[in-house]
Amino acid sequence: MAKSVVQEFTKGLWAEIPPFRLVLGLCPTLAVTKTVENGIGMGIAVTFVLVCSNVIISLLRNVIPKEVRIACFIVVIATFVTVVELLMQAFTYPLFLALGIFIPLIVVNCILLGRAEAFASKNGIIASMADGLGIGLGYTLALGFLAMFREVLGSGTFFNIPVFGPSFKPFTFMVQAPGAFVCLGLMLCIMNMLGKK
Amino acid sequence: MRDMMRLFLIVTLFSAFSGGLLAAVKNGTEKRIEYQQLKFVKGPTIKKIMKGCSNDPLVDRFVMSQGKQKINFFVGVFDSKPKVVALESFGQGVDGPIGVITAIDVDTDKIVGVGVTTLHETPGLGTRVKTEPWFSAQFKGLPISNPFKVKPDGGQIDAISGATISSRGVCAGVNASIETYKRLKPEILKKMKAYKG
Repeated sequence: MAKSVVQEFTKGLWAEIPPFRLVLGLCPTLAVTKTVENGIGMGIAVTFVLVCSNVIISLLRNVIPKEVRIACFIVVIATFVTVVELLMQAFTYPLFLALGIFIPLIVVNCILLGRAEAFASKNGIIASMADGLGIGLGYTLALGFLAMFREVLGSGTFFNIPVFGPSFKPFTFMVQAPGAFVCLGLMLCIMNMLGKK
Repeated sequence: MRDMMRLFLIVTLFSAFSGGLLAAVKNGTEKRIEYQQLKFVKGPTIKKIMKGCSNDPLVDRFVMSQGKQKINFFVGVFDSKPKVVALESFGQGVDGPIGVITAIDVDTDKIVGVGVTTLHETPGLGTRVKTEPWFSAQFKGLPISNPFKVKPDGGQIDAISGATISSRGVCAGVNASIETYKRLKPEILKKMKAYKG
């Protein structure tokens, strides 16, 4: 029996939270989580693209022939990514500068194609929208969480506001690339320990 | 064969539709993006080199076209007189054009300030033309009668060691602005009269 819309939504927040459980979309996860602002901005951009592309693909799932489905999915996803890129340039220019190349790279993010192929092409519009929203929010949460650790420890700030006194010496390691890997590894480890029961 | 045509047609339709959508979004956001770029990329540089002006040079700007090119002129009001005009030109750097804003005092024909906006130079070497204030400060107060050259070329500007080509690019940008200014000066003066502090 098909799961309810609520279930489709909530699975993205815990059971299938993208970077930790699906272990997809790791490249931007590692790269943009230097600050909470960037992490959440990236998450919102991905959520927008995910919801829009899921809805469109679900809507057209009977029109798209299965031989060329991947090409069609990519066209849909790429269109929405470009829309997001333009909107970001128009309204949140500093965020656009901070995220840089990772915005256009959302096109090749496995989460998007994965959801299109595994979910939206087989399910109805409402369910696909819930799925996209859930997975997107899960991704945003995960990025925000990871970024929180890295920003607080690595720069001593949270949302660019200093949280420690001036005597705090930041662990610069955390905002560099190796820190991202270590942090993500520890998170995966904790998630797996929690999930074992 | 018929199947092939169908696949071909569907992918074409998909692409055509998304192309149209993107063109519409681009048209809708173009003006805003232009202003945002002015504000965040050129804005800080313009404000820095026109320190002490009593207006907002980003608002008080006029456009003049030169051939196909459209050039933005930013007006700085000092002592309630429109005294300074700034414009951007590009000089060739190592890895692409270097954007240089030159502010000129229209009464004395001397440089008020020079600032680098966009560049694609080698980080840590060529980028120093932007990050080291002493380099652009060299232009300050110099007359615009002679084109600027770096010292290795027999000029008056100290090049940054390890970044001679980038330094040359900045000089070329300044010279290009001066040339435009000299050529269009009567019209510039006419347009500037409209701005009062």
